[in-house]
Amino acid sequence: MKRTLKALVVACGAVVSALGVGAGTTPAQAQGKTITLCWAAWDPANALVELSKDFTAKSGIGMKFEFVPWTNYADRFLNELNSHGQLCDLIIGDSQWIGGAAENGQYVKLNDFFKKEGISMDDYMPATVVGYSEWPKNTPNYWALPAMGDAVGWTYRKDWFARPDVQKDFKAKYGRDIGVPKTLDELKDIAQFFQGREIDGKKVYGASIYTERGSEGITMGVSSYLYDYGFKYDDPKKPYAMDGFVNSASAVKGLEAYKDLYKCCTPPGASNSYMSEGLDAFKSGQVALQMNFFAFLPGLYKDPNVGGDKIGFFVNPAGPAAQATQLGGQGISVVSYSKNQAEALQYIKWFAGGDVQKKWWALGGYSCAKSVLNDPSFPNSAPFAKEFLQSMGMVVDFWAEPSYAQLLQAEQKRVHDYVVADKGTAQEALDGLVKDWKAVFKEEGKKF
Amino acid sequence: MIPVPGSVHAMNELSASSRITYRAVRVRPGVARRIRGLSDKTLAWLFITPTIVLLLAINIFPLLWTIYLSFTNYRANRANVPTIWLGADWYQSILTDPDIWAAMQVTAHFVIWTVVIETVLGFGLAYLIDKKFRGHGLWTTIILLPMMLSPAVVGNFWTFLYQPQIGLFNYVVAFFSGRDASSFQMLGDVTLSPWAIVIVDAWMWTPYVMLICLAGLRSIPDYIFEAAEVDRASKWRQFWSITLPMALPFIMLAVLFRGIENFKMFDMVNLLTGGGPGSTTEVASITLKRAAFESWRTGYSSAFAIILFVTVFGLANIYVKALNKVKSR
Repeated sequence: MKRTLKALVVACGAVVSALGVGAGTTPAQAQGKTITLCWAAWDPANALVELSKDFTAKSGIGMKFEFVPWTNYADRFLNELNSHGQLCDLIIGDSQWIGGAAENGQYVKLNDFFKKEGISMDDYMPATVVGYSEWPKNTPNYWALPAMGDAVGWTYRKDWFARPDVQKDFKAKYGRDIGVPKTLDELKDIAQFFQGREIDGKKVYGASIYTERGSEGITMGVSSYLYDYGFKYDDPKKPYAMDGFVNSASAVKGLEAYKDLYKCCTPPGASNSYMSEGLDAFKSGQVALQMNFFAFLPGLYKDPNVGGDKIGFFVNPAGPAAQATQLGGQGISVVSYSKNQAEALQYIKWFAGGDVQKKWWALGGYSCAKSVLNDPSFPNSAPFAKEFLQSMGMVVDFWAEPSYAQLLQAEQKRVHDYVVADKGTAQEALDGLVKDWKAVFKEEGKKF
Repeated sequence: MIPVPGSVHAMNELSASSRITYRAVRVRPGVARRIRGLSDKTLAWLFITPTIVLLLAINIFPLLWTIYLSFTNYRANRANVPTIWLGADWYQSILTDPDIWAAMQVTAHFVIWTVVIETVLGFGLAYLIDKKFRGHGLWTTIILLPMMLSPAVVGNFWTFLYQPQIGLFNYVVAFFSGRDASSFQMLGDVTLSPWAIVIVDAWMWTPYVMLICLAGLRSIPDYIFEAAEVDRASKWRQFWSITLPMALPFIMLAVLFRGIENFKMFDMVNLLTGGGPGSTTEVASITLKRAAFESWRTGYSSAFAIILFVTVFGLANIYVKALNKVKSR
């Protein structure tokens, strides 16, 4: 009797533990492997969490996520990489990190892996391959798979543009119909028109643009203007020769134009605005125009107050010399200090799949795969898809050198000093920038 | 009955003191003799060794290492690049860099004005609170609240208070001045932003100065004032000849603490302005942080850190000597 009771207890215990395990675990836990993916905390990251559930279901590898707000994103993860930390197995690192991460051995080089798995960079938009994967630039050395395409774009209040009183007043003032601006001058006219205007009894303002000082904000905004005015980082024939390219007369005009827009047409207190401040200004109905990355547009389109029919999208308008915009976005890399490199590579292989890329776009991520972007149905797949596609064809990126942070800091300081703090002239700001950048490259041992 | 050691019954019956005695008796005589045999000096060393080891590990070694790094080209993000000895190159380049001097000027403006305002207001408040009026305890608690907040919290909510469109600060100024609330921006204006950070620091740390001054005022014996009353000294005379001189060492101590703290101010200013607009509020610590953890110029930032350390250390030493003179008067 005693033995029977004992057997019964053991059997019950086994059943209970089997049920418990079955109910609480995923195949990943069953396999016992979990990898951590590090990225910024923003809307597309939520889409990636959703998407990655398919990976776990398919591979049995669990996914953990480490998302850090943009303001701390670079500090946090560059610290992690520089200290050879093992927190991240996979990292979606900013495009400018690629040079440093490649040269300092922080990312795993993916050429052999791509070859073995049949992943071709020809299947991705060329700008994203150069921007997110290659180091040195324009050489077939790949350190990341293009993961999240992004660029600076614009949103506008379609409902305000459609108001008869606005249309009438605008035509009377500028002699043309109000509409999506084709040039930066037109954009300024629209911003100026709305600045201080009353809409439904509320005072509104022209535009929210990037002016943030601490990280990279104002550089991202100013660059979208400078490129249109003919700014170039260096002589295309002589790398690192910056005189006459960074501080050319046309680039100076571009910087002046950005300052004009800041002074005439932004809301009070917008001296330190970046992505989230722009979103706040637009969502709260303060501004008619907003400069922001495409990554935020799905969320804005869904916004109950300013989304849907009330919002419109357009690409960075043309300037006197060109039509270009600042590249955003990131590639996904395997961290060389990771102990789970095989599983991380498995994730990249899965992520590169055509169906996964389609689902990625559908969930709110921005695929860089040609199979998605060149699909005839793509331009109509979202209200901002056409503009995204157009933008990705005209993107320019900041330096991606190992010393990019120093180069970025110098531009942040010079440009903020001129645009926001009224210090010196545009010519002095860009001359100073050339001086700073030369000093950085000299320290790096570059010859120019 | 004498309890038998080891038995449960016996242990229950032992009183606290007898248990101590019992444990003492249980120490083996040899060990006891050995411990008793240690000299006072050895025992002293035994007690302070852990502290010294800890101090060496977390203070002295990093300091020496920083000094070493300040003479090299070392970058923490490029550990694989060979380290080259640069001599005093970084020191020379820092001390001749106009941007560094601009940051030092911003720091000096911030330190001087915050210390002056906090000292005047802090002493004034302490003088009032010392009068022990009705409800002074409650007022003391209310006044002390700002210094109990985290600088990160303070930085964030003052950003909202200074917001030109919705900020309470702008509304209050507009109410009294008749200006439009959104016609000026405290954090985005080159002229106003250095004062914006001074105001926030003064709001947060005046209570701290008040607390130290209050301790000073409360330490003055009543009989001195009673004697002055007998001599028919006016209140004004009592203040200048008794209160202020006797509270002076405390005031000077508060000035020292606030001076050192604000010289290395980072968090609150970083949250409020990020050093902007432009570089208008870029205090030395923000410059240092950018060089060390954004540009990863470890050697350069080590040299800058040493320069800042020597500056604070030198100034503090001169000040402490002055303080000692005042105390010995």
